Amino acid sequence: MRKAPVNKIIPFSVVDGIGNRTSIFLQGCNIHCGYCHNPETQRMCTHCGKCVEDCPVQALYIEEGKVCWDAIKCVQCDHCIAVCPYFASPKIRFMDAAEVFEEVEKGIPFIRGITVSGGECMLYPEFLTELFKMAKEHGLTCFADSNGTVDFSEYPSLLECCDGVMLDVKSWQEDVYQALTGGLNQTVKKNLRLLAELGKLEELRIVCLPGQVDAKEAIEGIRETIPDQVGAVKLKLIMFRNFGVKGRFAELESPSREYMEELKQCALAAGFQKIIIT
Amino acid sequence: MSQVLDIVTSKSMTYEQKLVSLAHAAEDTLNVLDMSERTKYFLEKGAINDLFEGHAPYRPRYVMPDYAKYVKNGSEFLGVEPPKDLDELLSNLQIIYHHVPSITSFPVYLGDLDQLIEPFITELSDEEVKHKLRLFLNFLDRTITDSFCHANLGPEETRAGRLILELEKELSNTVPNFTLKYDPELTSDSFAEQALYTSLFCANPAICNHRAHKDTYPGEYGISSCYNILPVGGGSYTLTRITLSELAPLADNVADFLEKLLPECLAAMGAYMNERVRFLVEESGFFESSFLSREGLIDPDRFVGMFGVTGMAECVNTLLKDEGKRYGHDPEADDLAEQIMKQISGFAAEFPAKYSKVAGGHFMLHAQVGLESDLGITSGVRIPVGDEPDSFYDHLRHSGRFHREITTGCGDIFSMETTARNNPAAMLDVVKGAFKEGVKYMSFYEKNSDLVRITGFLVKRSEMEKYRKGDTVLQNTTQLGAPNYDHNRLAERKVRMV
Repeated sequence: MRKAPVNKIIPFSVVDGIGNRTSIFLQGCNIHCGYCHNPETQRMCTHCGKCVEDCPVQALYIEEGKVCWDAIKCVQCDHCIAVCPYFASPKIRFMDAAEVFEEVEKGIPFIRGITVSGGECMLYPEFLTELFKMAKEHGLTCFADSNGTVDFSEYPSLLECCDGVMLDVKSWQEDVYQALTGGLNQTVKKNLRLLAELGKLEELRIVCLPGQVDAKEAIEGIRETIPDQVGAVKLKLIMFRNFGVKGRFAELESPSREYMEELKQCALAAGFQKIIIT
Repeated sequence: MSQVLDIVTSKSMTYEQKLVSLAHAAEDTLNVLDMSERTKYFLEKGAINDLFEGHAPYRPRYVMPDYAKYVKNGSEFLGVEPPKDLDELLSNLQIIYHHVPSITSFPVYLGDLDQLIEPFITELSDEEVKHKLRLFLNFLDRTITDSFCHANLGPEETRAGRLILELEKELSNTVPNFTLKYDPELTSDSFAEQALYTSLFCANPAICNHRAHKDTYPGEYGISSCYNILPVGGGSYTLTRITLSELAPLADNVADFLEKLLPECLAAMGAYMNERVRFLVEESGFFESSFLSREGLIDPDRFVGMFGVTGMAECVNTLLKDEGKRYGHDPEADDLAEQIMKQISGFAAEFPAKYSKVAGGHFMLHAQVGLESDLGITSGVRIPVGDEPDSFYDHLRHSGRFHREITTGCGDIFSMETTARNNPAAMLDVVKGAFKEGVKYMSFYEKNSDLVRITGFLVKRSEMEKYRKGDTVLQNTTQLGAPNYDHNRLAERKVRMV
């Protein structure tokens, strides 16, 4: 079985899809959004050792040149994350699907499913497929929370056992997307069409921040791409908050309530019916 | 007599509260119950507690009239005809509630409100119904000034049920408590989700595992007070409790507790309860004089005696003090608790209870939730507030294990993170899972809610503040809730679904 770097497992989450779900956060992302609110999930540890010196309870140490983490000593103060200059975390466990599922299983019968998030979970498609298959056998629904930059059509067996994708569209125009994330969004648009056709679009997401994100264009672009599905798909308009944000966006302010309401009106006009502002 | 004078001259009791207290004081001057020396000893030590039920029982503790029958037939004694429309129904209910006795002198059970109302609203718009129900619900809240009062909803979804939930969210009243009888086969997800969503605004309704309770008695069951599973058309004569946490310190060791003290105390309590029931049925004249009884709205054959259990956590923690094992955390402690529980349920299954036809001639176990004077005594079989396991699931599984033996009421209360409001489906998943694990009853409130559940009843934090400052308050239960909230450090209740 293939192992994946696991940042954390939240046994029950009310914010990662419908119902009570266990959320699994994988480490590593292929883009770097300015507004990322968990930037410590973006990159892998370089074993520089900076966090080791600073750990207040000596839960971190270096062994054979690598930073190691003692989960029992750790008091989860997240000081290591704050001092990490690389957008990484030393608290990563490499786990295969069976090991992750052992954790998930503790939540049965209180959960209806799992959601794998990140980082970017689609960087680990084989792991994801194996985990989803196990979860399905136990009657759980499986969601992937993805930025859509990896082409889903290349992984038919994953699509088969994935009940839905929560697709983070982010923005629409290529230059805006690139400035925001450092990546390109042709594949996101391709995935949007594919997932809509397959009936596997669980949720669409836009983090709203005027000046940085072309939210109105994104709403319109989605409508043009999947005109028949806009009424059925859930659209989450997330107000940017600088909580947890590192780097160039850390000092930016949240958009106003009025702006969020204006976007909601745009979405309604475009035919969306399930709009959530958070 | 100084106690009577204290009541008469109190500056913080309302007139009505004084009246009820004076009646209690008068009753307690009597000495009519025959008690053994051993019973007196355990009462003195606090191992048996009569919950201030009075020294000469002249009415059952909890009365559960068959309101459906009353609606159908009206009442000759009350001079009430069967209702023809919603106004008449609500007026008739207000009339009978006034005449339903109980330990609190207020009705502790108001019936399956949604089902009683549903047939009378077919011709009315939502707004018309809500206007009438709003007046009715406010009448109940302002005149039944004691929140040991309960109305039931479900298990089937009804329009009346949905409208009541909408109104509850709007009004945030303390009275009555509502409970939704929930069965995944009978209750729609959307109705259950509306109920849970509502509870994160006004701590109402609570959720009862219908499947686990529906066969408790022949015939219908209802949920009363805070909270009891009792036969409709009957009720409970009495509730006495064994306070395990007060019994444990009397024991030399675990074996002494299990083999000597516990059996003695159980037998003494059984005999004491039988004596209370005997006086009530044979001497008080209640069933002969009550119109409820004469008109068949209650039947003495549908009453039980409730055998209360409380303070399990501190009992086990005391017995295992030297080993340092804790209830809710260490398997040894939980195993001992289970052994104690089985011994108690074994006793109840054997011991002959007087006048207890509907329960097969036995007492029924109840997880008693506490008194305002309880200090360091955790309700029933709950894990103490502040000592809850980190994992919500571990907590729920523990609850499931210990709810099992208790038939007439055992539940847990959870303080919830505000964001749970955005995902009531998630809360329903937790409820479904918990009920599968054997949990019988759950109630929730949002962590910042003004309305909080104390041990089972509801109190407003804002009213407790007023009471602490020495103001008079409308609800009796504020006076019980405020000290309990402080004694049991309820502000520290672990917040779930964070």
